[in-house]
Amino acid sequence: MITLDILCARFTTLDPGDLQRWIAEGHVRAERADQTLVFQEIDVERVRLILDLRETLAVNDDALPVVLSLLDQVYALRRQLRRAGLPPEAPG
Amino acid sequence: MADDPYKILGVARDATPEAIKKAYRALARKHHPDLNPDKPEAEARFKAASTANELLSDPEKRARFDRGEINADGQEQAPAGGGFGGGFTGGSPGSYRRHAEADQGERYSQNIDPEMYDDLLADLFQAHGRRAGRRPPGPRPGADEHYRLDVPFHDAVLGATVPLTLPDGRTLSVKIPPGVVTGQVLRLRGQGGPGRQGGPAGDAMIELAVADHALFRRDGFDLHLDLPVTLKEAVLGGPVQVPTPAGPLRVTLPAASDTGRVIRLRGRGVAAHASRPAGDLLLTLRVVIGQPDAALEAFLRDWTPEAPLDPRAGMEAAA
Repeated sequence: MITLDILCARFTTLDPGDLQRWIAEGHVRAERADQTLVFQEIDVERVRLILDLRETLAVNDDALPVVLSLLDQVYALRRQLRRAGLPPEAPG
Repeated sequence: MADDPYKILGVARDATPEAIKKAYRALARKHHPDLNPDKPEAEARFKAASTANELLSDPEKRARFDRGEINADGQEQAPAGGGFGGGFTGGSPGSYRRHAEADQGERYSQNIDPEMYDDLLADLFQAHGRRAGRRPPGPRPGADEHYRLDVPFHDAVLGATVPLTLPDGRTLSVKIPPGVVTGQVLRLRGQGGPGRQGGPAGDAMIELAVADHALFRRDGFDLHLDLPVTLKEAVLGGPVQVPTPAGPLRVTLPAASDTGRVIRLRGRGVAAHASRPAGDLLLTLRVVIGQPDAALEAFLRDWTPEAPLDPRAGMEAAA
């Protein structure tokens, strides 16, 4: 089970305040179990992605939701393609 | 063994930290796997750039590498700290994509109408002949639309036809059969979203919320009502006026109708519908003594009951 503490411990550059804000804004999801937040592997990688976007790709806080939204749409479309039996890599 | 980190980042061996950071950012923008979902090779290049950056952005490690004390791979065993590549331990750069492409990626899907994609795909691939698993193009039914409707207690008991104004300004006439309950969904065929390419319209799904009533209580198709009666009505019996959902009703009470006595009025509950018969209205009597009355008090003082009664008999033993 991945708790908030474990998640924070996995990234040395992660500020817990930032993470709280991302959760509040829906950029990172968590389940609430009793009084603690529980994360899945995809959420850990999601945090890594946001850190990459912010720190490496210099995406600022205003642009972050736009970039995430576009990425989410691309992945949704790709999952849809796959489900439709059309692997995205295959030439159309 | 990994390639020379200077070569990977494309910087000179005496490059400033700023130049290294700039070069790494340029490569990351180009090769970040989440920005290149169609290029599997991007992940390897991004990883190589991350590894090179981790080595060269740390002055101490960079110096040791320059002195030949560690090789370009030396970094991969030790957990990364600092640097500006996320400073992750465990996992690897750019592995979000693997999750996002799989089913668990749904966790971050937005409220996108999946039908929209299906339509898009149908249009995109119509010219390319049939493919396995693909929805055939052609007429498609419209989507169902969901609404909520508050239903007054009487309408739920007797049935009614009520207007429902939709967000788009249309007004639907909703026929509520008698006996509906909260949470029940009525389906109005063909009143939902319009069909596509000549397909039939979807349905309007109307979830009902039935209001409570101050006097009547529903129990299935029966109704319950507490009916207050005077002492005289209770002792002597006789006609009383009783409110029912369908209007007032004259009911003759039998003599000696005690508090708690239940009188069943058949067919006066929830109205009949289709093959279901109407429910009953059950009156529970409650004797009300009212204001002090000198004559009544005088009578009771001198009164000797024909059959003396102890209404509390047996209570002590049972307590």
